[in-house]
Amino acid sequence: MEAIILQILNGLDKGSAYALIALGLTLIFGTLGVVNFAHGALFMIGAFCAVILQRLLSLSHQVVDETRTDFLGNPLKVDVPYVYDWFGEAAGQAIINWSVPLAIVFSIPVMVAAGFAMERGLIKYFYKRPHADQILVTFGLAIVLQEIIKYFFGANPIPTPAPPAFTGSFDFGALIGLENIIYPYWRLVYFLFSMAIITAVFGFLQFTTFGMVVRAGMADRETVGLLGINIDKRFTIMFGLAAAVAGLAGVMYAPINSPNYHMGMDFLVLSFVVVVVGGMGSLPGAVLAGFLLGILESFASLPQVIDIIPGINQIIIYLVAIVILLTRPRGLMGRKGVMEE
Amino acid sequence: MGILEVKGVGKRFGGLQALGDVNLSVQENTVHAIIGPNGAGKSTLLNCLIGKLIPDTGSVMFDGQSVLGRKPHEINQMGISRVFQTPEIFGDLTVFENVMIPCFAKRDGAFRLHAFESVPKEKDLVQQAEEMLTEMNMIDKRHMHAAALSRGDKRRLEMAMCLVQQPKLLLLDEPTAGMARADTNNTIDLLKEIKEKRDITMAIIEHDMHVVFSLAERITVLAQGTPLVEDTPDNIKGHPKVQEAYLGQAH
Amino acid sequence: MLGLNSKDTSLLLVVAALTMLAPFILNPFPEGSELAQFNAGYPDLMQRFVIFGIFAIGFNILFGLTGYLSFGHAAFLGVGSYGAIWMMKLVTLNVIPAIIMAVIFAGLFAVVVGYISLRRSGIYFSILTLAFAQMSYALAYSVLTPITGGETGLQLKSTDNPIFNNLAEGEIGRASLFGMDMRTSFELEAGAWLFTFNVGYYIAAVFMLLAFYMSIRIFRSPFGMMLRAVKSNQNRLSYTGLNAKPYTLAAFVISGMYAGLAGGLLVAMDTQVGPERMFWTASGEVVLMTILGGAGTLIGPVLGAGMIKYMENIISKINDNILHQWFAWMPDGLEDFTVFLIHPFIGKGWHLTLGIVFMLVVIFLPGGLVEGGQRIGRMLKGRKKTSGGDGDPEHHPKPAPHVAE
Repeated sequence: MEAIILQILNGLDKGSAYALIALGLTLIFGTLGVVNFAHGALFMIGAFCAVILQRLLSLSHQVVDETRTDFLGNPLKVDVPYVYDWFGEAAGQAIINWSVPLAIVFSIPVMVAAGFAMERGLIKYFYKRPHADQILVTFGLAIVLQEIIKYFFGANPIPTPAPPAFTGSFDFGALIGLENIIYPYWRLVYFLFSMAIITAVFGFLQFTTFGMVVRAGMADRETVGLLGINIDKRFTIMFGLAAAVAGLAGVMYAPINSPNYHMGMDFLVLSFVVVVVGGMGSLPGAVLAGFLLGILESFASLPQVIDIIPGINQIIIYLVAIVILLTRPRGLMGRKGVMEE
Repeated sequence: MGILEVKGVGKRFGGLQALGDVNLSVQENTVHAIIGPNGAGKSTLLNCLIGKLIPDTGSVMFDGQSVLGRKPHEINQMGISRVFQTPEIFGDLTVFENVMIPCFAKRDGAFRLHAFESVPKEKDLVQQAEEMLTEMNMIDKRHMHAAALSRGDKRRLEMAMCLVQQPKLLLLDEPTAGMARADTNNTIDLLKEIKEKRDITMAIIEHDMHVVFSLAERITVLAQGTPLVEDTPDNIKGHPKVQEAYLGQAH
Repeated sequence: MLGLNSKDTSLLLVVAALTMLAPFILNPFPEGSELAQFNAGYPDLMQRFVIFGIFAIGFNILFGLTGYLSFGHAAFLGVGSYGAIWMMKLVTLNVIPAIIMAVIFAGLFAVVVGYISLRRSGIYFSILTLAFAQMSYALAYSVLTPITGGETGLQLKSTDNPIFNNLAEGEIGRASLFGMDMRTSFELEAGAWLFTFNVGYYIAAVFMLLAFYMSIRIFRSPFGMMLRAVKSNQNRLSYTGLNAKPYTLAAFVISGMYAGLAGGLLVAMDTQVGPERMFWTASGEVVLMTILGGAGTLIGPVLGAGMIKYMENIISKINDNILHQWFAWMPDGLEDFTVFLIHPFIGKGWHLTLGIVFMLVVIFLPGGLVEGGQRIGRMLKGRKKTSGGDGDPEHHPKPAPHVAE
């Protein structure tokens, strides 16, 4: 029992990331009809928003510390972050430590702007072009974006720790009357955070007029266009929203997996599989499949399972995707006629 | 015994009885029109004939064989060619290649790996295709990309692609739908011309009475999923039931 | 000649001449000169040009003709490579059986992957192929380590003793063609120039010409016409009595076999293979090559492969010092600024350059370099004679050229 719960928990953080990226992919695909291979890059940029903010907050100037000397006997020069000067040492240190959660605020405008720029600057010219062209141009864009990040931040992963309050683990079992389910705090935070975002996105689509029009547009773009509603503008906003969702997923993922320039592509390939399994164009399908595959992957990594079928953890997601595509071509919750030709 | 025998075909979509009990017989070397107001079940019937839908009851026999459950390419190989509402052609290929493909399909069947043969060396087929294009007055456009053709030429090309296979039955699905009067008349002339030059069996699904009465030798009137009458055009014109069901409201 | 029309024959002859004379053409700068680093006429790079040319030619038969975008073709290259290296480890160091084995292995694997993936079209097809390739990569990396050597891959070792070769104790076998060592090179010094003629390169080049010739035949055949028809209008194709599935599957398997041939040749050249050869970025690379050169054209994929491999090897070698030398004629401040501007695109930044070039091509030149060349040619022609004759197929606008002129 404990082992099962632990594996489910272990699958949740990856599953959350898959679900959030797949949600954004589906939003873009469902509304704009565009297959966005650069969506993983948005996730990666989000993670680097956390890195950037951490570096910005740690910007320092050198101060001579009279009380200490270096090994030559000269007064020691120490780096003092500007935030220390402004808020005092304790508060300043706290701000730096909390840079990842703070990056949420920082990243939203950045990601929305990036999404707008992408849609207005590039994607909108590809609405009428074949899907293959859309795949290719966004694939090119993904390469460019990740190379730019690599240019500025190098090829190595950059550790971006969570606030000290959330480092370490706790006994999840104690909460539910079981024993020995040790689970890291931050992963729980990530899961709750992603649930909040997913709820927010669904709420937004369900309860606002904007969301209603967008959902109508996803179902039948032409008719909504005929009603005289400016769908294009709303779709641009949707692109910004999808970018923000991917970005937030990335920001909060930074402590789990130190950001590197190719993390976007790594997640994108899997997220596409998730979208296909969930059903192209189905938002609930994307979320469901994201968590399902994350948990499945976690179970496949159990030593007992690997003993029986070696390497299954490496291929389980692809295997499931192949089986699903062949038996339920529209995915778990896909609509009829989406991308059939 | 007609070349196409439809017996007792019925099809239901949920609560809607799209086709009741359709019996139909298309005789060889005649032009047989199937008409009816919108919602009469014309498209459903057509889709049953070409294998896109499988009827719940009844049988569709073509040339002594059942067409039910067969794939479109198999039905074509049996000898049924089809003309669509909007011309379906290979837009990226040249006019000549568009006509060569059905020639190969007729000779080689549904699949053959002729990867190291050369198109121009198939002298017989090239000749067939060129004759067909000459007949359609399109030989001077043979090197054009089909997508660049005018709409009328696209229709002629599609017709050429069907006729070059010398089909036992040519199915036409509302060949004049959405056309202006002049284009409609051109299409009628084209079909008449084709009919004069060769023995051919045609089944036309159409709602435009003008087209039907200019071409058809036999007419089946479909209403609410069942055939109302089947007769010659002259008799149909004066038929009170038809007047009531169709002409009365449509014209 | 050889069943080709005169236009195609001359294209083939030009390509043949270029590949045979490549050691001269790619080494235009004298040895030791500043520009010598732009010489591409060394065996390792030239081999890559032709081998990846084969890979891209094969990919183009699938994507260029049928429009089915596979994102997993590197898997076939990898499978071919593994097949070839085992042949050399166990049976003979002669490259021919190894290459044949590579083609067969890749072909069989392509039958399986193609049969399943082709049940879906569009984006689903792309993702299915991607999933298969990633699965192969993951398996080669982990579970299949006994067969694939896992992360370290496979090399010819001193412990290998192919049954048809009499190797001395501890001798590491070398790939050969009936006794001719692949790594043998003849050098020719002509004045300040140094030209290298490598056995491996010429063997790969002959295979490339053969592959290119077969691709021309396929493009011009009824089969090739059917494949273009699949891309153009599948609905009409089936109502014309043709079954699209076996045609696309045949194209898929043929292109998989081309990939296998390329994989076999890679092994023949450097006698090693690792799983990274199957990673999805490798599949992405062949897509880039084909599109960059011009999908659906005959010569495009070869050009694209050459260009990408050249960029990979040459642009990545340029550094700031070289840039400073080039722009030394500028005023100091401007020189530094120019170097600063170009810096991100050279050296390790060559991927950035590649990404940008690729995006520009997809946006503005969907027909790739070949279309670019045609446009320039047309512009030059257009100045000479003002009106293009009617009835000339070349002058009709077309969305994407299918056949190189």
